[in-house]
Amino acid sequence: MRTLPFIRRLLAALGVVFCVVTLTFFLIRISPGGPFDGERKIPPAIEKKLLERYELDGPVFDQYAGYIADLLRGDLRLSTKYRNRSVNEILAQTLPVTLILGASAFLVAVTTGVFLGTAAAVRRDGPLDWIMLCASLAAVSLPSYITGPLLVLVFALGLGWFPVGGWGGVSHLVLPTLTLAAPAAAVIARLMRNSLGETLRMDFIRTARAKGLGESAIVVRHALRIAILPVVTYSGPLAAHLLTGSIVVETVFQIPGAGGFFVQSILNRDGFLLGGMVIVYCGLLVLFNLLVDTAYSRLDRRIQSPA
Amino acid sequence: MEFWKKNPLATGSLVFLCVMAAACVIGPGLLPASHADPGPLTYAPPSWSHPFGTDLNGRDVLHRVLSGGRISLLVGLSGAAVSLCIGTVWGLVAGYFGGRTDAWMMRTVDVLYSVPRLIFILVAINAFNASLQSWASREGIEWLVLSSRIGILIVTLGLIEWLTMARIVRGQILTLKERSFVMAARALGQSHGGILFRHLLPNIAGVVLVYLTLTVPAVIIDESFLSFLGLGVQAPQSSWGSLLADGASALNPVRSFWWLLVFPALAMASTLLALNFLGKALQDRIGG
Repeated sequence: MRTLPFIRRLLAALGVVFCVVTLTFFLIRISPGGPFDGERKIPPAIEKKLLERYELDGPVFDQYAGYIADLLRGDLRLSTKYRNRSVNEILAQTLPVTLILGASAFLVAVTTGVFLGTAAAVRRDGPLDWIMLCASLAAVSLPSYITGPLLVLVFALGLGWFPVGGWGGVSHLVLPTLTLAAPAAAVIARLMRNSLGETLRMDFIRTARAKGLGESAIVVRHALRIAILPVVTYSGPLAAHLLTGSIVVETVFQIPGAGGFFVQSILNRDGFLLGGMVIVYCGLLVLFNLLVDTAYSRLDRRIQSPA
Repeated sequence: MEFWKKNPLATGSLVFLCVMAAACVIGPGLLPASHADPGPLTYAPPSWSHPFGTDLNGRDVLHRVLSGGRISLLVGLSGAAVSLCIGTVWGLVAGYFGGRTDAWMMRTVDVLYSVPRLIFILVAINAFNASLQSWASREGIEWLVLSSRIGILIVTLGLIEWLTMARIVRGQILTLKERSFVMAARALGQSHGGILFRHLLPNIAGVVLVYLTLTVPAVIIDESFLSFLGLGVQAPQSSWGSLLADGASALNPVRSFWWLLVFPALAMASTLLALNFLGKALQDRIGG
């Protein structure tokens, strides 16, 4: 019984990915100019050969059907710009970098957000609470392409604590993670503060207090379990936000992740590379939302209970 | 008036926004005309004649920030206006007719929420822009060739930001349409269009305006995201996003050209903050 809604959601999610891939394919086709229009004019005979090699000849619908068939086999085809490199290869090299960055930002955002939010809820209307309100509004208003370069200016160029950019050790990870995680941590802290504040006024907390439980045990063992739910809901869109946000952060900090190839593939009209990127990004976003929906009903037993 | 007296932060934000808008619109005209053009003085730090310094080509950064703000604000306001039109009409129709129409229209909104819109927009803007530009140059429409990208940005960003507006308008209409003045209008035999636009629309105008103040910064952020990546506004035009991109790429360990980054960042950050403060205060006031 339980699996049926999940399967329906999964099918809907796959449908979304399919639609976006189809739209991407046709959008690239309707825009004038081909993938091989470089500075040098290519002789028509060679261009014809190239189009044939990349299966870009013949009626558009046949091209589309062939592409989808290849995709279903797991073949994302060859990049038309970075000749002789397959999209699968490029993704295999760059995606881990993006995922490491995203995962570390996610962890930092959730832990600091939950911690700060809890602290603010326990001492409501204290100075920490007030500072957080202002900080979170500021952090949400400021996109990463403002905070990122400013962090570089101060901490990398000014103070010299961290490298300016690039990819390597843990020190390379600090500034990009901070840029990505700050706005998310601010939102989580707000969510956590409000929901924990509400939970602490509920009946079962009063019961726990009445039986003489210490304040920290009440918060950690009883209240947090319920109060964390809005944070779980938010973590789906958050993962989405971190992924798209990381395109900018990768540009700012010159990190060799998938984001740079995404932008380049649009500028180069590299249709198959773009297609692969769209599939990966779109698929990940949809997957995170699906996971959150599932996790939510697991955590909150009230949703499942028949009564 | 009471509201503005009680909320100094909101009043200050509104005043600041008016000043910023005025500076962006008339400011570039007040500066010496030569400030707009490349000059011999490249990468000059801030001074009396160039308070924000000059850039790689010797252009005055203050001039660039103000004229960039013109484009950012233009795209933000018109994009929000596009989203306002779509969202309001969508929500009005769905809420007013109810039943199956409502179910289908709102299901569509739900589905669109789950589509990664910003990723799609990255692809769409560049595809549409190339088509429009080649069409405009074939037809010989000079102004469209130059500003096709801004037009496309306004329309597509409006197209992705209307969903929340539609939900809010629909929620309002659902409660409003049960009220007696709507019943009376219906009993008098007024047409659906008359009821929708003469009776319901004026009643939701307040709520809609409040959400408009929150949509504008969202569109500005989207636009500068694209421009920062080099996929939005293109040279010779500039917006705050593309100025920030220039500033970020000029960062280097040898010599710091901090003014290229700090001033566009300040202008954009303060505008976004003011818009959000104002929107939040108005939102609290109507209890949204």
